[in-house]
Amino acid sequence: MNNDQDMKHQGTGNQVTAVALPGVAAFARAPRSLWSDARSRLLRNPVAMAGGAVVIVLIIVAIAAPYIAPYDPIHQDLSNSMAGPSRAHLAGTDVHGRDIFSRIIYGTRISLRIGFLGMLLGCVTGVILGLVSGYYGSWADTLIMRLLDVQLAFPGLLVAICIIAIIGPGLENVIVAVGIFSVPLFARVTRGQVLSLKEQEFILAARMMGAQDGRIMLNHLLPNAAAPILVLCTLRIATAILTAASLSFLGLGAQPPTPEWGAMLSDGRAYLAIAPHVATTPGVAILITVLSFNLLGDGLRDALDPRLRT
Amino acid sequence: MLRYILRRLFYMTPILFGVSVVIFLILHLVPGDPARLVAGPDATKEDVEIIRSSLGLDRPLPVQYFSWLANVFRGDLGRAARTHRPVTHELALTIPATIELTLSAIAIAVLIGVGAGTIAAVRHNSAFDYTSMVVALLGVCTPSFWLGLMLMLLFAVKLNLLPTIGRGGLENLVLPAVTLGAGAAAIIARVTRSSMLEVLGTDYIRTAHAKGLSERVVVLRHAVKNALIPVITVIGLEFGYLLAGAVVTETVFAYPGVGRLLVDAIDFRDYPVIQGALLVLALQFALVNLVVDVLYAFFDPRISYE
Repeated sequence: MNNDQDMKHQGTGNQVTAVALPGVAAFARAPRSLWSDARSRLLRNPVAMAGGAVVIVLIIVAIAAPYIAPYDPIHQDLSNSMAGPSRAHLAGTDVHGRDIFSRIIYGTRISLRIGFLGMLLGCVTGVILGLVSGYYGSWADTLIMRLLDVQLAFPGLLVAICIIAIIGPGLENVIVAVGIFSVPLFARVTRGQVLSLKEQEFILAARMMGAQDGRIMLNHLLPNAAAPILVLCTLRIATAILTAASLSFLGLGAQPPTPEWGAMLSDGRAYLAIAPHVATTPGVAILITVLSFNLLGDGLRDALDPRLRT
Repeated sequence: MLRYILRRLFYMTPILFGVSVVIFLILHLVPGDPARLVAGPDATKEDVEIIRSSLGLDRPLPVQYFSWLANVFRGDLGRAARTHRPVTHELALTIPATIELTLSAIAIAVLIGVGAGTIAAVRHNSAFDYTSMVVALLGVCTPSFWLGLMLMLLFAVKLNLLPTIGRGGLENLVLPAVTLGAGAAAIIARVTRSSMLEVLGTDYIRTAHAKGLSERVVVLRHAVKNALIPVITVIGLEFGYLLAGAVVTETVFAYPGVGRLLVDAIDFRDYPVIQGALLVLALQFALVNLVVDVLYAFFDPRISYE
């Protein structure tokens, strides 16, 4: 009898346990959950770890912005307008003489806030709709899915523009817009997971033990459907940041003098020929932020579901 | 085939109905008096009342909706509050520019994306493979408006090779089309590479090699054809998203398309134009999705028309 035959692996939900046969205890592996497996896979992925490290740095920068930024981000110094990068102003100054580096630092705070809150709004709403749609099926499923289909009939950015057209421009409204346009994706992913999970034995057992629908959805279905939702959360933060920057660039998001990256880029485009640094620096900040969230999201996806690895 | 297309059109009907309801409701969801919004900020009280009566805004909402829908089918989308010209006239001026831009962008995206993805897969783990995939990843993450400005800075401002803004000849189209198509090219390249790698590992490709066929014939005649099936879906999806992306690109390059018309209309709170532009973009998106579905069924023999 070889070692493979000695050890049986049984999967229960997302738990993988090793059952050692008598006499081969030395070969038995400690039980490992999906999450601990995923964590070790993620830690072995240098690209994802690099993305994660940049995300952590960005979060620290956002929290500590008032302590790191050398200048007040909205303080104008018209005598120093559109100055190039120097020791005093690492990324130069904009048309109003404001320090671009300080505005980029404060902009991290704004972009991450939009990214996290927008994603959270889309995630919570979408997951609830997906749970209800997948679990109850029938007319609830048809109604919710057809309504979301209508939203999917518009490209994402257009949905956000449509919402801004209704509720008006502004930073808080951008969060609402990017949140709403993420709802169908979260709902579809959650529904797909619920449909495959709800017929499994542990759900049937919970139902037979008299568990209420709400309890089954929150305590049993949601934790088991969490992996792809978590991946989507990371990737949607990047999309939310990019969409919010696009809206601000179009003049539909953050309004002056808010140091939002898209709005800063929009301010700089008029002076592209004489002061290219004004438009260049915010673009680099957006690129680095979106790239790092995407790398982390891709790494998480590979770690949580190795079959999807590209 | 015709039955398949008709069935797809039938499935689209409830979605298009929903889209029309959403677009109709925009005017009613905005805080304030819809008649005042349509009339514009400079309108007198009498003008507002005339607008209210002519648009039937004093009637029940369902009646207003069907009346609006009937007008849409007749090609009457109202008058622009800013220019006082019919919205259809404004759209007729801008639609060709958007179509020209999105078609050029998708052509660039397909050419670069499929080309780079195929070469990357054939030369798997080579320097070209790594470089093209890093560039593709950057392409996905780069904001299109920033890329547009950087291209403008390099090719228009520094090298003085191309014009910066406006619509005219081919030279005006190059930078906006590349800007708009870059993100799509990146995604198409990634999907093509992954699909090609899968196909290149199959038995029939091994058989083709064993028959002594040249690498070129195996790749071009056998592999690409099958690898492109999932790529077509992505191309279609990206084409749809380009319509939304055009809103940003047209603003960067002051390109007079539907997207720019929409952004200007939001700035001026010109709701008839907002509704018209959104309707056109949503219809184009639906049409593109329909064409992709049909093409997909056409290219993949495993999909039945029944």
